[in-house]
Amino acid sequence: MAVESSKSKLSKNVLQMKFMQRSVLRMEKEEIEEEAQKMIDEEHWVMAVPQGDKQQRQSQYIVEPSYSRCEDLLFGRMSFKGCNPEIEKLMKSHMQDSELEEASRKESEIGVDDMEMAERYESLIGTVAKKFAKKRQRHEEDVESSSKDQSTEDKIKKKRKFMKPSDD
Amino acid sequence: MVDHVGTVFLPGDTIHNLNKSEKTGKIIIGPGLRQESETIIVSKPGILRHKEPNIYWIDSHQKKYVPVKGEQVLGVVTAKAGDVFRVDVGGSEQATLSYLSFEGATKRNRPDVKVGDIVFARFLVANKDMEPELVCMDGAGRSSGMGVIGRDRGFMFTCSLNLIRKILSPGCVLLKTLGNGNRFEITVGMNGRVWIHGRSVVDTIMVANAISAAEFMDKDQIRAMCSKLADRFIVVE
Repeated sequence: MAVESSKSKLSKNVLQMKFMQRSVLRMEKEEIEEEAQKMIDEEHWVMAVPQGDKQQRQSQYIVEPSYSRCEDLLFGRMSFKGCNPEIEKLMKSHMQDSELEEASRKESEIGVDDMEMAERYESLIGTVAKKFAKKRQRHEEDVESSSKDQSTEDKIKKKRKFMKPSDD
Repeated sequence: MVDHVGTVFLPGDTIHNLNKSEKTGKIIIGPGLRQESETIIVSKPGILRHKEPNIYWIDSHQKKYVPVKGEQVLGVVTAKAGDVFRVDVGGSEQATLSYLSFEGATKRNRPDVKVGDIVFARFLVANKDMEPELVCMDGAGRSSGMGVIGRDRGFMFTCSLNLIRKILSPGCVLLKTLGNGNRFEITVGMNGRVWIHGRSVVDTIMVANAISAAEFMDKDQIRAMCSKLADRFIVVE
């Protein structure tokens, strides 16, 4: 609005001067453009779509028009006993594909998820560590675990120590 | 839970309480079911089927094929029209098949397709407002079993769409048991057409008859029929 008011401030006489001709042209062009924009805005129409239809676009239903995907139908070409080796090769690859799919599906069903894996690994750590321990250490650990109820003094006693021979 | 899975529905019936997928909260509705705003309406008479976790469809008897995008069908080339072939697939309208949609085809190197050939092709475009369009390639540009099938050999016959689904279902024993004893090649289109090529004419006829006879048989009956056929076949030879 401020621009328009500033435009209208220029008087007719000023605009008629020769050096103002270019800006007069520009202003006319702008005016025409504005008019056209207004026309478009007025004529522009929007479909009166009810609100419900908008939700339909993110509907909870997916339409699947083919039986073959609903029923997992097999590939339509087959050959038996080497009648058409090319087709038999295709059949084999289709079979493998479906087997792989089945296997991955089963895997995801009965497989171990991360949490379970972590829990199991936690309990495994002790067992694995044992494997890398030296024989003596392993033995000690066994003793420790078997005689947990015994007093700590006992354990200390059992720990082997270098016994200094007597000087005699 | 839907307790009416496996019962008969008629067009116009509504279905409620379908199982949603736990992850996405979506329900997949297959052929025979239509969505009208938020209700599901049955559009074909038949039995409601369900597959875990969230797929529902109507299993109906049908002989007329309606093209569906992505399905593989057996068609007969009826005309060459410039860049495309017209192919009869048994639908309401003939489908078009571009000569460029074959494996290895270029503008220079046209595929060898004649009027009267049988083609095994996949629907690229199939909707109610447009002419259906076929292609003989998969997404990677390979033929993967599609294209012209057995010129001057084999035999094609039509059967109901149910039978097609039955013999192609993973649990069906018919083709496996027939294949145990006989050497033959078969191509099954979702449009109800079956093409068979056996070692001899007798062999081909036998397989064709076995398939059409199996429409209303259960697994044990099919096995019995196949073993009977195997015995007969040895005698013929």
